[in-house]
Amino acid sequence: MAQLLQHLINGLAAGTIYALVALGYTMVYGVLKLINFAHGDVMMVGVYMGYGTAYALGRQAQKSVLGVVLIFLVAMAGCALLGFLIERFAYRPLREKPRLTSLITAIGISFALSYGFQLDIGFLPGAAPRAFPEIIQPTEWLIIGDRDVVVWNWQIMSLLIAVGLMVGLQYLVFKTRFGRAMRAVSYDHRVAALMGIPTDRVIAVTFMIGSGLAAGAGLLYAIKDTSVNPLMGLFVGLKAFVAAVIGGIGHVPGAVVGALMLGLVEEFVVGYVASTWRDAVAFGILIIVLLVRPGGLFGRVAAEKV
Amino acid sequence: METSSVPRTVSGVPPALRGILPVLVAVPVLMALEWLLSGSPFAQQLTYRVGVNVVLAVSLNIVNGMTGQFSIGHAGFMAVGAYVSSVLSLSLKEIALSFLPVAVSDQLFFITALLVGGAAAALCGFLVGLPSLRLRGDYLAIVTLGFGEIIRVIVQNTAMFGRALGLSGIPPATSVMMVGFWVFLTVLVARRIAGSSHGRSLWAIREDEVAAEAMGVDTTGYKVRAFVISSFFAGVAGGLFAHFVQVINPNSFTFVQSMEIVVMVVLGGLGSTTGAIVAAVFLTLLPEALRSLLPMLTEEGSSLSSRVDQIRMPLYGILLVALMLLRPQGLFGTKELWEVLPRWLPRRRKGLA
Repeated sequence: MAQLLQHLINGLAAGTIYALVALGYTMVYGVLKLINFAHGDVMMVGVYMGYGTAYALGRQAQKSVLGVVLIFLVAMAGCALLGFLIERFAYRPLREKPRLTSLITAIGISFALSYGFQLDIGFLPGAAPRAFPEIIQPTEWLIIGDRDVVVWNWQIMSLLIAVGLMVGLQYLVFKTRFGRAMRAVSYDHRVAALMGIPTDRVIAVTFMIGSGLAAGAGLLYAIKDTSVNPLMGLFVGLKAFVAAVIGGIGHVPGAVVGALMLGLVEEFVVGYVASTWRDAVAFGILIIVLLVRPGGLFGRVAAEKV
Repeated sequence: METSSVPRTVSGVPPALRGILPVLVAVPVLMALEWLLSGSPFAQQLTYRVGVNVVLAVSLNIVNGMTGQFSIGHAGFMAVGAYVSSVLSLSLKEIALSFLPVAVSDQLFFITALLVGGAAAALCGFLVGLPSLRLRGDYLAIVTLGFGEIIRVIVQNTAMFGRALGLSGIPPATSVMMVGFWVFLTVLVARRIAGSSHGRSLWAIREDEVAAEAMGVDTTGYKVRAFVISSFFAGVAGGLFAHFVQVINPNSFTFVQSMEIVVMVVLGGLGSTTGAIVAAVFLTLLPEALRSLLPMLTEEGSSLSSRVDQIRMPLYGILLVALMLLRPQGLFGTKELWEVLPRWLPRRRKGLA
């Protein structure tokens, strides 16, 4: 029983990280109908930005509250800028082209980032995994019994951040002027442009928000995992994408639910089957979901426009 | 008396010979190549690599280029073929058919192993393709990528496939003749498909799936068939690969491997068979050429030339982005080599082979 509870907690904690990355996927997909393959790699770049900032601050300052806030801000702002640049120079010129071209571009960017960061030329970090500094001291927040069940402070923290961001995004999308513009662009960006909505700006800002979220999620992941490497974005990104699809891509709460489900299932596979099977589970679930409900749990299947 | 009903061809080749003419040309060429390369193991290995990559690129082009469905899990099918044929070869290693010379008997086993590997890959292609090809757009890319990863995890957890260590001691059965034969067969099949009514349906699906469906094309059926053919050849390529590197493990067939093939297809032009061939040859030889050129050009060349492999992958990514921005149809588009050659070279007549 205690073991089950512990697995539940760990699974939820893993799921919240996926949820944060999945939110970015879902937002970009909702507005652009583009699977931003490079999203996970933007997250990885964010982690390295945070890593660099932490080392620039030094051992003492990086552990203070101000230092942590600064690390998060630098990484998120840097990634927002990176997202803006990618959108401006790689996706915008292709917006009226077939979707396959954008997909290939996205894969290309993902490849260039993840393998480019493996080079050890100049400021690039090289392929070897690095230890992420302990900017938040992991402490046990709740202990039940004789350490049967342990809840860590970072688990609570990431859960709160994920839920808070989800609520915030829901508010942004459904209650603000900008959100209305986003929904209009998502529905039909040509007509939206005719109605006087600055389509390009809306898409760019959506991209920046998504990329900033990715950086934040990446830092939480790095705090948990403590080891960072240039290929981390590829797999976390793919799993987050799977989570977004499970929930119905383009649907904000769906992404969170899908991510939590994925986290739980993975944790149970590790706990009760074998850890080596973990990576196959996400894709197995993806295939099953796509077969049974192609639109995801909360999504609707869009009618084909002829 | 002269019969005027016999069609005369422009090329002057008698009609009866036209079907086997490529074979008549290819066999001596391959034999000469085999004899030329027999002195240099390095050149031989390079030829094998080029051949295997050509088979992979041309077969992926049937799905990605002709059908317009974006599959990025080709390495998964390659892995299936490689592992199945290797296990078969390893278990048949000690046996020889006594009524045949040893060499012939070995080659017979090798062909069988390749065919079984290809068939296993084709079966996987069917199992993956049937459900996922009903999906439209980008989902297929993710599902095929996921399939590649699932294969890797399965191999890593199966004792028969040597788990993470992989298989070693696979008999080095690959020969220039064999690689050449499969290159020839793959290209022939791809060209035949392109010109057939089956191919016409594939092109229709590529251009507009909804319209094709409306015109009565069984889109899922055609897509699945193209996918199965493509994975068969990927499996055979995997078998050929396994039988010259002699050691395979799950890390030989990663996402990176899949992406290399995708880059070849995209660079050559989605839908152009000769484009895929040219790109495959070019991209296989380029790193080797750089490796031998760089030390000559630079003082501390050794460190630079060892970086060729490191730089290759990010370069492929940038190449993909640049191609999509500047020339999204690839170098040749859907055209074949002879359609883009300069004016003064002899051209093939209009129409597909």
